[in-house]
Amino acid sequence: MSDSTAIVHGAHEADAHEEHPAYLRHHFENVEQQADAAGFAMWLFLLTEVMFFGGLFTAYLIYRNWYYPAFVAASHQLSVVWGTTNTAVLIFSSFTMAMGVWCAETRRRKGLILSLCLTFLLGLVFLGIKTIEYGEKIEKHHVPGFHYNLSSFLDPDNDAAAKAANDKPLPLDMARHTEVYFSLYFAMTGMHALHMIIGIAILGYMIFRARAGAYTTGHVTFVENFGLYWHFVDIVWIYLFALLYLISRHQ
Amino acid sequence: MTDQKEMEAASHHVVSPKIYVIILLALILGTAATVWASFLELGPWNPVIALAIATGKAMLVVLFFMHVKYSSKLTKLTVFAGIFTLFTLIGMTLADYFSRAWGQW
Repeated sequence: MSDSTAIVHGAHEADAHEEHPAYLRHHFENVEQQADAAGFAMWLFLLTEVMFFGGLFTAYLIYRNWYYPAFVAASHQLSVVWGTTNTAVLIFSSFTMAMGVWCAETRRRKGLILSLCLTFLLGLVFLGIKTIEYGEKIEKHHVPGFHYNLSSFLDPDNDAAAKAANDKPLPLDMARHTEVYFSLYFAMTGMHALHMIIGIAILGYMIFRARAGAYTTGHVTFVENFGLYWHFVDIVWIYLFALLYLISRHQ
Repeated sequence: MTDQKEMEAASHHVVSPKIYVIILLALILGTAATVWASFLELGPWNPVIALAIATGKAMLVVLFFMHVKYSSKLTKLTVFAGIFTLFTLIGMTLADYFSRAWGQW
């Protein structure tokens, strides 16, 4: 009887040791507290990002109200087809990232690697489509600067995109304000694309680490917090798509 | 091993792939709806509808993909405080611009 008690007691001690894994830092009470602290910190970082993009969105809101006809005509130069495709691509990449977090939580190494690789590829597809769109802007001299060309807005009948949207010619002073739209377009989508590039670089590192068996040992904080970052970038695009591509389709 | 997994399940909510698939479909549906709505002639309501759908999609992403629905009260409060601050700052900026020489630049 006493022997069996001793055995049970010993087994319990072995369990107690397993409850404190190597990745638990000594200044945390337990794994849960450590994960909560890391998640809280990640959210604080994301809120600084929200403020940063919020400033750009506010600038867009004010300028769009000031130079309304210019912003409407300029937004007709964007392709809704490419914009919609990219939105779908980014939503799918958010889904594959969420599945990656699930695979890490349930310790599926192969599933995690596959999810991360798909997210990586979809991120590249997004940037590829963005490159095509930027290329069109460069060709038509719609990049703000010395070579900016107003002909799409002064003479819309000779511009396929403007003609399709039934644009009327803008007076010269208003047409010049289309440059403000494209400045904000490149600033906002450019900052968004930079976040994508940083995200894709980190994804590459994570694929490399996941192949070595990281993240599937119960310590999922890195994958989880990167997921938060990737979803945040997705949310920024959801708003960019609505504001830059969609809201001026019919004026 | 089983004990350890059970312990983690208790302390850390794992969102199931089923929910992720449902959210994915909802987001795709929302994207289709917002593109469709942008081709309707709704005057001042076009931007309102586009932003409402975008906000609905963003909320789905925040609550489910970003696990806020299953997170601690601290995380929920942090997210809410951040969004509240953002709207306060946008509101104050707009109030300032609207109450000055609007459109005189």
